[in-house]
Formats: sequence, structure tokens, C-alpha cells
Amino acid sequence: MISGLKQRLARISALAAVSLCGVLAMPASAHAQTEIQWWHAMAGALGERVNDLAAKFNAENKEYKVVPVFKGNYDETLAAGRAAFRAHEPPAILQVFEVGTATMMASKGVIKPVYEVMAMADKKWDPSIYVPAVAGYYTDPKGRMLSMPFNSSTPVMYYNKDAFKKAGITEVPKTWPDLQTALLKIQSSQATPCAFTTGWQSWVQLETMSAWHNEVFASQSNGFGGLNVNLEFNKELEIRHISRLSSWVKSGLFTYAGRKDEPAAKFFTGECAVLTTSSGNYGNIKKNAKFDFGVAPLPYYDEYKGAPYNTIIGGASLWVMNGKTPAVYKGVGKFFEFLSRPEIQAEWHQATGYVPITKAAYELTLKSGFYEKNPGADVAIKELSGKVQANSRGVRLGNFVEIRTIIDEELENVWSNKKSPKQALDDAARRGDEQLRKFEAANKAGKI
Amino acid sequence: MEKRVIFKNWWLPLLLVAPQLAVTLVFFVWPASQALYGSLFVEDAFGTSSEFVGVQNFLGLFNDGYYAHSFGITVLFSVAVAGLGLGVSLLLAVFADRVIRGARLYQTLLIWPYAVAPAIAGVLWMFMFDPSVGVAAWALKRMGVNWNHLLNGHQAMALVVFAAAWKQVSYNFIFFLAGLTAIPKSLIEAAAIDGAGPARRFFDIVFPLLTPTTFFLLVVNIIYAFFDTFGVIDAVTQGGPAKATEVLVFKIFQDGFKGQDYGGAAAQSVILMLIVVALTVAQFRYVEKKVNY
Repeated sequence: MISGLKQRLARISALAAVSLCGVLAMPASAHAQTEIQWWHAMAGALGERVNDLAAKFNAENKEYKVVPVFKGNYDETLAAGRAAFRAHEPPAILQVFEVGTATMMASKGVIKPVYEVMAMADKKWDPSIYVPAVAGYYTDPKGRMLSMPFNSSTPVMYYNKDAFKKAGITEVPKTWPDLQTALLKIQSSQATPCAFTTGWQSWVQLETMSAWHNEVFASQSNGFGGLNVNLEFNKELEIRHISRLSSWVKSGLFTYAGRKDEPAAKFFTGECAVLTTSSGNYGNIKKNAKFDFGVAPLPYYDEYKGAPYNTIIGGASLWVMNGKTPAVYKGVGKFFEFLSRPEIQAEWHQATGYVPITKAAYELTLKSGFYEKNPGADVAIKELSGKVQANSRGVRLGNFVEIRTIIDEELENVWSNKKSPKQALDDAARRGDEQLRKFEAANKAGKI
Repeated sequence: MEKRVIFKNWWLPLLLVAPQLAVTLVFFVWPASQALYGSLFVEDAFGTSSEFVGVQNFLGLFNDGYYAHSFGITVLFSVAVAGLGLGVSLLLAVFADRVIRGARLYQTLLIWPYAVAPAIAGVLWMFMFDPSVGVAAWALKRMGVNWNHLLNGHQAMALVVFAAAWKQVSYNFIFFLAGLTAIPKSLIEAAAIDGAGPARRFFDIVFPLLTPTTFFLLVVNIIYAFFDTFGVIDAVTQGGPAKATEVLVFKIFQDGFKGQDYGGAAAQSVILMLIVVALTVAQFRYVEKKVNY
């Protein structure tokens, strides 16, 4: 019994210290080829696509070998990258989701900016081929691209066409009040047991809603301008919108189904008639839904002058880690060029629902007649190419992962009636500001 | 007087304990000292810069209302898991002990869940109770229960308690069954002749004789609930909704890995280590003084 307890103790202390000494073993490369490790978070069908991309590149370039390694979800992949860097064994390429962007940008000496990598691989590389709404997010204030956009998405609205028909809804709702009328029809006609649900609530219902109406989410141009940022989403638009959603919870129109991609299951099983979530869910929904569905732009409030503006991007980009040999960087540059090729991008966009990262890939898809055959597949890219304003470039915050968790918690307090929308948003802004101060302290100002 | 005449030299005993010492140093002392060291610094995400801040990380914890909240959640969770795990397994052990035909089969089947890793157990329960596609959630809805543990903190807590306790029932069951077999049949028979019914026999004879086992299991179960249930919570609720199931171990993961606050997470690890030490010391004292094997 005592030895059992000791083993337990050993395990516990190992757990306690794991946050400090994550040591990741990596196989040393003994090939003549230059090996390029690519750590990513693409599970399931997306993971297969990633493997295809690497295989295709490797077949073309015998001197390089891109090795994709699945490292769990986005949080876990970033954590693995951090632990590997501390152990002096980082991968060459690390996929980091958009909320980790500010952390990566502030980490001088940890990353090798993409513009430097590309300069090593090819002098003629032209950063203007990328869609500005996408590349702008990963660009520093001097206009230099720091990471390579890879899988970019934006919030859209999916709706069940069969349910709409059954409820007698003829027009796809454009505004939130219109959507409410439609949802009430679905409820009264019992077309589906649940009318509405949403994924990624902070990103869709707060960050994007602010950009969509050109309202401020955070100071310093939503965090693009510096580190002394304060959250400002506890204002009229957001309070109003969250209050509306809260009233939907009370009247049974909105069923809360989770923080990330879980709510998509509620939609494709036919339980909920309307879903607002990432355009990246398109492939998954198409594969699973046994009914006719449509994709539409996110609803807006028409009282706001000029609305809708544009939505903001989510998804992830590829960061190059520092401390590798020039040969590796040359290979990475070649691989990024390969990824930016119009036909490769177009194929990725059409298969996954992520937006094309280059203008050429969009043109190619347009010409191929893909959007006519798949109505709604171009909603995301159109939303993103709206009129970009000061507040609709995106949101880039330090400790954003933690801030998202805080917002999730506070919104859950609203949906379960523990707090009023104003109270919850005020609390979220206050708690989020504490995280921003911590980030500011840990990354002395001026580094960004 | 103490006798120490067995080994003439120092090298042999040292050699013999060296493997155990090495394991302790590598897996306990070194990580523990790293945690203690790290808890005194504030670092950026990649550890490229760090600043000594003394006990500021600890003070930060005591001023953080959510840390106290997490403490409360942990106590509630541990007591519920230990209580449920011990209660159910004792009941099952008593019945399994009385069964004559097919006793082996029951005993084997009841031990099975212990072979399931906590994360797998968590995933099993998560699928069964998933509000969208879960079988159990569907059945509950048919019975008129509005099951949505993603929003209802009490339901989420109940779910992780069941999942965590379910796994531990098998372990407890083995110990209780062994304890029951060790009780002399003559005592129980004598009580039966004196006219004591099954319930009376259990409370007056069986249960008191099982106290050493029960006490040992209580400590082990509480330690299990404190530290080994991370997998279950990560798979089922991720500490949500709104921190309703954020136990101390999960908070370390949340703050350290997701929040990139290594110093704060290290400070929490140190406090957690002190709790283990306290629990262990309490048990050894109790075992030595009160229980006679």
C-alpha cells in the first residue's frame, strides 16, 4: 500500500512539474534530405488534406522532406511548440491559431519572420498576391508579413432549407430582428426541435459583431497598435446583441451547445435549424447533413450606419521557428511558395470551406464555376472583402486564449441566467484587462 | 537500542537503495524543485525572458477569487467522488461476497472498469451524455429531464463525479472484497445464532472490522479525486460551464498551458504539493496510531 502511494506521489509531482519541463523527444534526421517538421492541429478529414499537401510537395522536391505531425487541437499544438522551444527542439513550422498571433509576434528571437524566410528562398516573392483581409492580420505595422496564412475562415450563417420550407419562411433573414421572426416561425411550426445555436460565441457574437458594425472591440485599434490595450466590448451594440440572444435562450429559441465546434453537430443532425459558426465547418456539414442547407452572411443590425462592414478572420497561420539551418529555411520558403500556388490554394479552399489566401486562387475557383455548383461557398470570401474600416481589421490581443476562455465563462453565466448581459460583459472586460496587463508586463512595451 | 550490524561497509546499502534514490530524485525532487524555482518568476510564453518576483505569484493566487472558488469545487468534487465510489463499491462487495453461484464472474466483471484510462472513461461518459448526440442524454430528454451539462453547472458536476467515481469503484471493490473475505466466518455465524439480522450483522461486526480498509481507501480515493481526475475533467467539461468544474489540477493546466502563466501555475503546483504532503502525513500518523493490521 505504501509503495502504491509513493508511485502516486511520483506521478503527482511529475504532473505538478510538467508545466515547467515539457520535454519532447524528436527523432534526429539522418537523411541526406533536409527534413522539415510541420506541427499542426488539423484533425480528421483536414489532417488527411494536410498529409496530401506534404506528400505532393515531397514528390516534387526530392531534396526536402516535409513531415506533418498532428499535435492535438490548437491550444495543445501551441503548448507543444512552446515546450519544444524551451527544450531547444522546435519544429521548423508551427501552426498557430489566430488568437495566438499577438503572442507569436511579441516573441522576438523565437520566430523567423516569413518575409525573411522568403527572401532566403526566392528574391522574387511578391507579398501582394495574398488577399489583404487575410494577410493584413499577420502583417506587422511596417507592412511586413510575419507568418504565412494557411487556413483562414470567417463566421457565416448556415440554415436548414427543408426546415425553412416547412415553417413557411421564403426569404433568408438579413438582420437579427428578421432572424428572430424566422426563428419564431420555426418554433411555432415545430419544424425542428431547436431553432438556433452558435459555435465560437466570443469570435462570432462579439468580435465579429463589433467589426461587422465598425464598433470598437478593444482600444489601440483592436490591439494592432500596441500592448497597452483595454477591452471595450461592453458597449451598447454588444449589450444589446447579447441581451437579444439571452432572451432567445429564455424563450427556447437558442440552445447553447458548447464553446467551439460542438454546436455544428446540432445543426447537421437536423436538431437546430440555424447555426452561426466558422465557414471552415462547410465540409463537415456537407458530409453529414441529410437535408438541403444554405449558407448566408451573418445577420446584422441595420440601425448602424454603413453596416454591414466586413467580418474578421479566424483559423490559423504557419509560423517559422528560429534557430534552424539556412537549408531548412530554403525548404520552408519553397514549401510556402508551393502552398501559395493558385491551383493548390483553390483545391484547398474548395475542399475545406476555408477562404482562398491568394486572389489568383479565388479567380481560378470563380472561373471553374465552383460557386455556381456550390451556392454559398463564396459567402465567406465576400464577407471578408467588405469595406475594411478602423475597427474591422480584426482583433489581435495578448493572452487572447485566456481572454476567450473568460468571455466564454461570462457568456455561459448569461445563458444560465446567473448574470445580466451588462454585468457579464463588464466582468469579462475587467477580467480580460487583467490578462492584458499581465501580457504587457511579461512582454515589455515596444517589442511588438 | 537500535541494531546496525548487518552491513560492514556503506557502499553495498548505498548501491541497493541507489535505484530508488535515483527515481525519487529524477521524478520527485528535481521536478518539485523546478516548480518551486519557477513559482518565483514571471516569464513570457517561450521562456526567453524571466523576471524574479519573489512571492508575488503566491500573493496573486490568494487575491484571486477564482482560486478560492476552485478550492471549494475541489473539496466538493473530492468528497462526492470518494463518498460515491466507496458507498457503491462497499455495497457491491457485500453482495458479491454473499453470492455463491458465479461469484468469480461478477467479481471479474466488476474489476474491469479499473483497466480503463481516466481520459478514455471521460470520453465514454462524454459521448453518452453529449446533449446533441448522446444516448443517455436522449433517454433523459424523453423522461422529461432537460439535460445540457454544457450550460448547467450542477449537471456538469454530477456528470464528472459519476465518471470519476465509476472508474474508482472497481479499485475499491477489490479491497473491500479482500477485507470481507478476511473476516472470520465464525463471528458472523455466532451473531446469526444470537438472532442478529443481516443489517445488524453488517453494522455491528462487518463494518467495524473493515475500518482499516475503509480508511485506507478513503485517503486513496481523496488523493485520486484531487489529482488523478484531470483526464476525466478535460475530456468531459474542460472545467466549464463558467468554472463550475474547475478543480485545482485543471486550473493549473488552464493557467499554465492555455493562459501561458507559468509562474502562477508553478505556484499552484507548489501549494498542491503541500496538500499532498499534508494528506500523506495525516494518513501515516493515523495508520501507525489507530489501525492495527
